[in-house]
Amino acid sequence: MSETVSEKYALQLRNVTKAFGTKVIANKNVDLDVRYGEVLAILGENGSGKTTLMNMIAGIYHPDAGEIYVNGEKASINSPKDAFNYKIGMVHQHFKLVDLFTATENIILGINDGNKYDLAKAEEEVKNISGKYGFVINPKKKIYEMSVSEKQTVEIIKVLYRGADILILDEPTAVLTPQETDKLFDVIRNMRNDGKSILIITHKLHEVLAISDRVTVLRKGEHIATVDTAKTSEIELTEMMVGKRVSLNIGRSEPKDTCDRLIVSGMNMTNPDGVKVLKDISFTAKAGEILGIAGIAGSGQRELLEAIAGLRPLDSGNITYIDPSNSENVELRSKSPMQIRELGVRLSFVPEDRLGMGLVGNMDIIDNMMLRTYKKGLSVFVDRQPPRQLAEEIIESLEVVTPSAQTPVRRLSGGNVQKVLVGREIASAPSVLMVAYPVRGLDINSSYTIYNLLNAQKENGVAVIYVGEDLDVLLELCDRIIVLCAGAVSGILDGRTAKKEEVGLLMTKVKGVSENE
Amino acid sequence: MNKEIAASEKANAHSKSAPFITITKRDASSLKRNIVVRIIAIAAALVVSALLTLFITGENPIKLFSTVIEGAFGQFRIWGTAQSVAMLLGIALALTPAFKMKFWNTGGEGQVLIGALASALVMMTAGGLPHWLASILVILAGVLAGAIWGIIPAIFKAYWKTNETLFTLMMNYVAIQLIKYFLKVADGSGSSTVGPSLLLYGRLPVLFNQQYMLNIIVVAAMTIMMYIYLKISKHGYEISVVGESENTAKYIGINVKKVVIRTMALSGALCGLIGVLLVGATSYSIDPNLAGGNGFTAIMVSWLAKFNPIIMIFTTLLIVVLSRGAENVSMTLGLNKSFSDILTGIILFFIIGCEFFINYQIHFNIGKKRKEEAEDNGNN
Repeated sequence: MSETVSEKYALQLRNVTKAFGTKVIANKNVDLDVRYGEVLAILGENGSGKTTLMNMIAGIYHPDAGEIYVNGEKASINSPKDAFNYKIGMVHQHFKLVDLFTATENIILGINDGNKYDLAKAEEEVKNISGKYGFVINPKKKIYEMSVSEKQTVEIIKVLYRGADILILDEPTAVLTPQETDKLFDVIRNMRNDGKSILIITHKLHEVLAISDRVTVLRKGEHIATVDTAKTSEIELTEMMVGKRVSLNIGRSEPKDTCDRLIVSGMNMTNPDGVKVLKDISFTAKAGEILGIAGIAGSGQRELLEAIAGLRPLDSGNITYIDPSNSENVELRSKSPMQIRELGVRLSFVPEDRLGMGLVGNMDIIDNMMLRTYKKGLSVFVDRQPPRQLAEEIIESLEVVTPSAQTPVRRLSGGNVQKVLVGREIASAPSVLMVAYPVRGLDINSSYTIYNLLNAQKENGVAVIYVGEDLDVLLELCDRIIVLCAGAVSGILDGRTAKKEEVGLLMTKVKGVSENE
Repeated sequence: MNKEIAASEKANAHSKSAPFITITKRDASSLKRNIVVRIIAIAAALVVSALLTLFITGENPIKLFSTVIEGAFGQFRIWGTAQSVAMLLGIALALTPAFKMKFWNTGGEGQVLIGALASALVMMTAGGLPHWLASILVILAGVLAGAIWGIIPAIFKAYWKTNETLFTLMMNYVAIQLIKYFLKVADGSGSSTVGPSLLLYGRLPVLFNQQYMLNIIVVAAMTIMMYIYLKISKHGYEISVVGESENTAKYIGINVKKVVIRTMALSGALCGLIGVLLVGATSYSIDPNLAGGNGFTAIMVSWLAKFNPIIMIFTTLLIVVLSRGAENVSMTLGLNKSFSDILTGIILFFIIGCEFFINYQIHFNIGKKRKEEAEDNGNN
């Protein structure tokens, strides 16, 4: 299947294996060939070993077995510094930049080539690189003033400045709007045409098709296949990723019997640092529909949901809940989560931070089930019988893979953790269900389980509020979409007619089209 | 081009293969394994201390160990051991709910002392009251004082996020100074203790003619109650949630401030109760050294038991047997007291050190390195 080791390849991996502990085998006998001047997409689900494999090339991990060849010669890479000596550079998912430094200062930080420190010369060089590949960057701008996409640009230039010919980009589009993604792809194409080899990790299929020349698919740590992008399709790639055929459609039913359930008006919030994080937000969530919330990460999504859940105080505004049993209005502002529940408001919340907020990682599934209900009754002791039953029901109905209900949830995989959390929140028969990034880090099958659960809740007349990052999913799943930009609502769109570009534009523009409607 | 070659040579000069030792965390350790590791650790500790004794003092190691056992369980020493176990275990139990909440209460010493001081004050002044009422006041005063000593740092932590480790630690010195002041005022003679001649009223009853029996019964009851409290009470559950993740606690609507203050009140109150027992049921005297550092030793006891009250009985026994045994060694064998401290140190070192082998796994890469080299030669 793989070619012989030769100078014709920029980078080759042979039988690379890496295990963590005794049980987790992250990569098993992986072979990889990277040509000069190509974009190779590394595709695979979470936990398929993409990042581990790339980290071995970049010198962060050392393979347990197997060889790495650069330009046809065996390479010994023990540290990121070694990797740079072989002209390999990696841009990580989480940026490693000094906030108070300028772009250029960050770029030259840590370079020890024996030359004198010359900021002016370095800035000149940064400008050259930007011009050559089409980056837009101000070398003198400080990192803390930059948007996420600008920070990413600094990270990429940092790698190029060090002379990398092989670039590894770990999920570079996860934090970008569609427009920013297009710009990044232009830059990547320029780099490829300059003869550089680019490895791009992603799990978004349409991006793979848009940018790459070839695709390598990993599954459960093993190399499944490498195919020419031009000769493959989304369906074929999914099949290789998952190992079986999956239907990629989210069934979206027409909303029935909708009525107002939660009315948010004029919501303003300042965070403890004195920054205004929510600006005059108003919307209505209706029973029987899924309301999507789109926006670049950190545009106020988290604050918005936490304010409704009673976890953060507002400066001004109202949160009005309309009780489905008697249509009475209940004001939720300035109420604690406990008070909200005592008012009979059935509000469920699946937060973004699953193990840090929604669940307790070191507790078992039973004790985590008990979080919502432990206070019931007058006894000073907790009753573990009902949560035990609930735990077993959820394990059974949502197919949670776990040794037992007594297993600490931190030992479960991401998808199973999420099933436990969503299962618990749905079990309390909510009338409002808020979910934040519910499929982040989940494999395709688990993701679709979650979408189906949300759709089922909607059909049961629950008002579902869905905060998501994948615009394709938002457009397929949601009935209406609110777009947030810098803490303000920049538009409210119909999920059936909205275009992805439209949403993307609103994500970066305060007060957009919505006023013209 | 030249630069490139230099670069790759530099890279080759680096170590040729994986690091010599890799350490990984175990997912889960089996109970059997844990016990075996601990037994090996204790055996190794005994062997090392025996060898050390032999080479340094020339004493027969067997004799040394039998002296240790005699010192802990001998006919005239066993009640003293039981008393020491009760007091140390009591303080460890008192600290445990705070520790489970990840509130590092290093103020056990001070909370015991302040409880003892409050009791002593009542015992000195409650002359006009009936004995039963004075006794109740002795208990209440000590428990309340301990609770206040626990609540003060808890309030500061809950509302202003002060560091509880330093705060509780400093409260110890405040308590010690207060007792010194009390000694000056209460006993004009300048003595370093206030003794039975002054602390006359409301002494707690002596059960079964055994001075320490009340202490032992109280602490035994505390052990069982603390186990139940942490394991199946709603409070215990809240403590675990707050300790594991404050964000989760807020998310489900637990009032974190309330839980922190309530738990520290309990922790302080129980320390205060031990103070009551020390003054009101044991020695009828008070001095700044009354707790004898047990407020700190209890931290280790609680940790070694992983905050499980039942296991704490054994960790307390271990520490007490070692220290009382060591005492006996220096008395009967005529060795310097420091020598027995060295032995205690060796044994604790092994016991605490073996936790590393329980939680982590070590892989040696020697075999693999050889194999890789062999393969390289084969390829060439």
